Amino acid sequence: MSHSSGRDWTVHPPFLYPDYKSTVYRAPSKPLIPLKHRLGELSGPVYGEEVVRLHDNDLTKNAAVNGEPLGQRIIVAGRVTDELGRPIPLTLIEIWQANAAGRYLHKTDQHPAPLDPNFFGGGRCLTDEEGYYKFYTIKPGAYPWGNHANAWRPNHIHFSLFGRNISNRLVTQMYFPGDPLLDFDPVFKSVPEAARHLLISRFNMDFTEEAFALGYEFNIVLRATPFE
Amino acid sequence: MPRLPQTPSQTVGPYFAYGLTSQQYGYPFPSLNDGMMIDDSIEGERITIRGRVFDGLEESIPDAMIELWQADARGQYLQTGLGRQLLFGRQGTGSLESREFVFQTIKPGSSAGQAPVIHVSVFMRGQLSHSYTRIYFAEEVALNSRDEVLLSVPPERRSTLLVGRSVIHGMPVYHFDIHMQGEKETVFFDV
Repeated sequence: MSHSSGRDWTVHPPFLYPDYKSTVYRAPSKPLIPLKHRLGELSGPVYGEEVVRLHDNDLTKNAAVNGEPLGQRIIVAGRVTDELGRPIPLTLIEIWQANAAGRYLHKTDQHPAPLDPNFFGGGRCLTDEEGYYKFYTIKPGAYPWGNHANAWRPNHIHFSLFGRNISNRLVTQMYFPGDPLLDFDPVFKSVPEAARHLLISRFNMDFTEEAFALGYEFNIVLRATPFE
Repeated sequence: MPRLPQTPSQTVGPYFAYGLTSQQYGYPFPSLNDGMMIDDSIEGERITIRGRVFDGLEESIPDAMIELWQADARGQYLQTGLGRQLLFGRQGTGSLESREFVFQTIKPGSSAGQAPVIHVSVFMRGQLSHSYTRIYFAEEVALNSRDEVLLSVPPERRSTLLVGRSVIHGMPVYHFDIHMQGEKETVFFDV
């Protein structure tokens, strides 16, 4: 049996991070039990290209009702590889985010910022044969949350990835370069300091489409998976 | 070749509901997976798995997301790469007043001599890295008694992974509650 590598706890946040208050009663308190990967951990959901519809990766179009969503149009693109740099094709990437005003289309989001009738804020795509993906969207706004006094989440996009086995499953958040709120955000700062830059996308002029949208590059590394 | 660092995990937050479980929560975006893990092509005994997730104050959590992955009745893990993935399910705990997750599936078979098992991934607001646990079937006494993973768990904690069978309206139902902390804390694995 080939091996996939474990979670590298020098980059991943701990379960308990008291500055992020809701971890206090939700973090497992007993040590994790080590588990050698077997067939079940080395397999997981895999999707065919036919599950992705036209515009599923274009959040500026996939919920348009009577016009375009408001805000700064951006491209978020990059590559999904494993730790050895091998591309992971057909990785399902699902994203969700706030609109340009910092409001989520979610029943419990009570932040009094406007909803955008032409923006849903969710999308998905599959990586291509070389591991590349691309989304079109709107730059999400910052929004307040109740963690502590005057708490604001930095601009971010939520990512969920299935890299062909359940052991390299990843849910994360992508941030934007130069965001002053990063220094005050306990969710971002829960990541060990040396690894935080891995969650900040890079402005990439080559990804920018002339007279249309700004380009941000966000490459994602999943745990090494066995050769098939 | 130097190893690239893994991309760090971050919390799924409270708003996964419309992004990852849209249909379950009534949002207008079709979901690739929900609580129905099978279709007519899948053979095996139909079962229901349901339960709740509890925090350290013994309150049921209304914004957790559970994913199940399992083998078919012959113990094979099906990765077809065609269309929708079967024998995989995803449910949030916020759409029912009871705060339960509910999955319709089949009882998995034994894979490579191991006890039948369902692999569980647990995500929630307040969890920065997700958790892995496993569901074992209490009636599989013989296979459970020699399952390497189950035997690696301290004996007094094994019961947190075992589900008992009950029959409701003729349908086998298994209850699996997940306790994040405390006396009844569920066993979580470093997968």
